Amino acid sequence: MSISWPLVIFYVIALLTLCCAVLMLSFRKVIYMALTIGGVFVGCAAVYFLLGADFVGVAQILIYAGAITILIMFAIMLTNHEAAEPPLSWNLKNVASAVGCVLLAVVLLLAVRSTNWPGGGATTDINGGNTNPIVIGLMLFKQYTIPFELVSVLLIVALVGAVILAQDRKEDE
Amino acid sequence: MAPANFPIPTGSLLALGVLLFCIGLYGALTKRNLIIVLVSIELMLNAANINLVTFSRLGVAPSLSGQVFSLFTITVAAAEIAVGLALLIAVFRLRRTSEVQDLNVHKW
Repeated sequence: MSISWPLVIFYVIALLTLCCAVLMLSFRKVIYMALTIGGVFVGCAAVYFLLGADFVGVAQILIYAGAITILIMFAIMLTNHEAAEPPLSWNLKNVASAVGCVLLAVVLLLAVRSTNWPGGGATTDINGGNTNPIVIGLMLFKQYTIPFELVSVLLIVALVGAVILAQDRKEDE
Repeated sequence: MAPANFPIPTGSLLALGVLLFCIGLYGALTKRNLIIVLVSIELMLNAANINLVTFSRLGVAPSLSGQVFSLFTITVAAAEIAVGLALLIAVFRLRRTSEVQDLNVHKW
């Protein structure tokens, strides 16, 4: 019985990712939460690498683990950076949220478990002989050109809007 | 000899997505700091991305569309967090608070 190393690596990564996510919920200081969410994003990127999605993994590290985590840190520093969550209190809202989330997780996990998923061959090549970034680039500019352009318009509108929202306005204008 | 399966079972990957989604949902519902609520929503989007990439490799018809779709999701998530944090900073400048329960102007 040989050990399947990708499987072991996947379980270690999944465990670390879930640990980071649970730590995020249990920390009290907001800045520690932002640090652990970086760990979750890197763990997701590692899962993408295991699945052979190199380009998405690198984009995940660049955008999520790099840009978004730093953006969140800046937002924390610009607002009250010593903010802390109050200790966990079991009021009605928290209990109802916890029960609802656990129920949803159990139902979804049972559904995942009871479904017979296609395994996927070990040698299935979805890249068509090229490397992953080349094929994704070709797909983005041939098959998905219009969505790609629309998303770039959305991004520029969102970023300009963010600047306008965040700038200091005089009240008497 | 039967063709070997991909070493990671699909169910485990989907279970990881499910657990991340539910952790994010719990955080978004219960946390009081607005930044952490935004971060929890990002966590839920990430769980959806894991599912997309999983099915692009292990689905019935493996293709790259799932990966392209997850790239679009990442872009939209980046736009969302940028606007969200800008709103947060504007609210903080106006109300001197970044907690959810203090933003109750429109509450009945």
